Amino acid sequence: MTAQQQKTISPHIECTEMQLTIAGRVLYDNINLSLNPGEIWAVLGLNGAGKTTLLHTLAGIRPVGAGQIMINNKPIEQWTRIELAKQVGLLLQTQQDPFPGKVIEHVLIGRHPHLRAMQWESQQDYQLAQQALSMVGLTNFENRSLQTLSGGEYQRMVIAMVLVQQPNCFLLDEPVNHLDWQHQHQILNTLVTIANKQSSSILMALHDVNLAARYCSHCLMLFDDGEIAMGKTTDLLDSERLEQLYHTPITTIDSPHGQVFIPN
Amino acid sequence: MTNETPHPFTTSRYTSYRRIALLGLICLISFVVALSSGNIDISFAELFNLFDENANPLHAQVVLELRLPRMTHAFSTGALLALAGALMQVLLRNPLADPYILGISGGAAFAALLAIVFGLVGLSVSVAAFIGAMSAMLLVFGLSRGQGSWTASRLLLTGVVLASGWGAAISFILSIAPDNKLRSLIFWLMGDLSFASNIWPALITLVIGFVICLYFARNLNVLSLGAEQAQSLGLAINRFRWQLYLLASIMTAMAVVQAGSVGFIGLIIPHLLRLIGLRDYRLLIPAAVLAGGGLLVFADTVARSAFTDASLPVGVLTAAMGVPIFIFLLYRGVKSV
Repeated sequence: MTAQQQKTISPHIECTEMQLTIAGRVLYDNINLSLNPGEIWAVLGLNGAGKTTLLHTLAGIRPVGAGQIMINNKPIEQWTRIELAKQVGLLLQTQQDPFPGKVIEHVLIGRHPHLRAMQWESQQDYQLAQQALSMVGLTNFENRSLQTLSGGEYQRMVIAMVLVQQPNCFLLDEPVNHLDWQHQHQILNTLVTIANKQSSSILMALHDVNLAARYCSHCLMLFDDGEIAMGKTTDLLDSERLEQLYHTPITTIDSPHGQVFIPN
Repeated sequence: MTNETPHPFTTSRYTSYRRIALLGLICLISFVVALSSGNIDISFAELFNLFDENANPLHAQVVLELRLPRMTHAFSTGALLALAGALMQVLLRNPLADPYILGISGGAAFAALLAIVFGLVGLSVSVAAFIGAMSAMLLVFGLSRGQGSWTASRLLLTGVVLASGWGAAISFILSIAPDNKLRSLIFWLMGDLSFASNIWPALITLVIGFVICLYFARNLNVLSLGAEQAQSLGLAINRFRWQLYLLASIMTAMAVVQAGSVGFIGLIIPHLLRLIGLRDYRLLIPAAVLAGGGLLVFADTVARSAFTDASLPVGVLTAAMGVPIFIFLLYRGVKSV
């Protein structure tokens, strides 16, 4: 019971005085971020602001410039790759597979960190993959060849792959890329449900502020002058900050689903 | 019989196992054909009664001392090349990669030709070839590492450039070599199993390499999704790519030392297996051993028995057999999509 409580209290990811660098250039200094169970964060910023760099650094596939990242209270460099993959799942913005196979084969590769060497996926793993596919609206796509998928279907398949990975913390780089409205909302609702039910945390780069406003509990804004703002979405999102973030005049409209921001 | 309906998941895996079993059967047939055909025809029936008291002792000697070792050579070479090809295609993330693409065979061939020109024969040529292959490998690896960044494209470019360098060096040797050496030089370059002497080094390399590949097989699935994706799925890619490169190089070197540059097997066998649905490396690895080994045994049998007065370089045969099979499967695959 205490272990359970411990788990719900400690942040999945906590970085202190972290520096983000790209090609030797310092993008942001002194980032203190703590990603707690059940929280859903949006990372907002212009193209090239460093959203992807942030996600990759937190996932441990880029070295951190300075400062420290703790994953579940343990410094990131002390995790083995395979154990880290059970804690943190990363959805990449671009995907490549030179030898495309079937959807189900691809999704099942997401179970890799949970299997021993030489071990095959079990019936349970297979069912997990089927569930994930139905959660992203790809029921009956199991045996489809990857080459026959549309851009949005492919994107949803890759989301299914990170779902079967079952990490505590999801780092998602533009998860709604290529998705139509129906699937944008279906995917985000699915993610919110998972975060609530399994106390997962999510940090995702988004370009649609209105999706961030609607689905995310917290926001992290990466300004292009090296400033950072973070906090609860309701406190943080206003037209003034967004104008500063996007260098675009913005109008706020009240709708039945909350405030809506549109560029002028 | 249980009345539980088989799950589609297990069913598809059994289909794959059946395909591998079929490859195994084809492989066995190639063994029997290889042992029975040649200058002296030995019937299948006689082959199975070789150890009877009334069997022809000469035939037994031919089979055990000539054909069996040669068949073993062909099998291990073909299997090594197919495995190395599959590894290289993942490592370089390029469907056109084959065991020779990084110039490992170029280095081996250069050293071997140099040894032949200087009058060395037999084992010394093999040793020279192996040293050449390993030096070529270290050269590629050292140069492509540069400042520590180790990308597939950088490795590929370094290897391809060095391979053409080796090609020029080989042409140079051919142009200055005395006429009486030319024939053996060219046979070496085209791939020929009649040089092979000791069956054990390649066979042992094959067994060890195969076991390691099987152990790594799921990692190969993961790595083929790209470096970043592989890392985020828990693969320590730097160490793994190093291991892959080393393993593929040693297997290639061993194959080249035995048989010269037998083209094609390393490139087409993995693709051929993907075309029949064996994309998962846990299935592709054992299938590659059977298909690569079997194809080379067949090709070598034809190469040495097609003409009574001369034998062909086996590389000619692998291409002659491989091209039509591959194009057929590719064409069929395109139609069925």
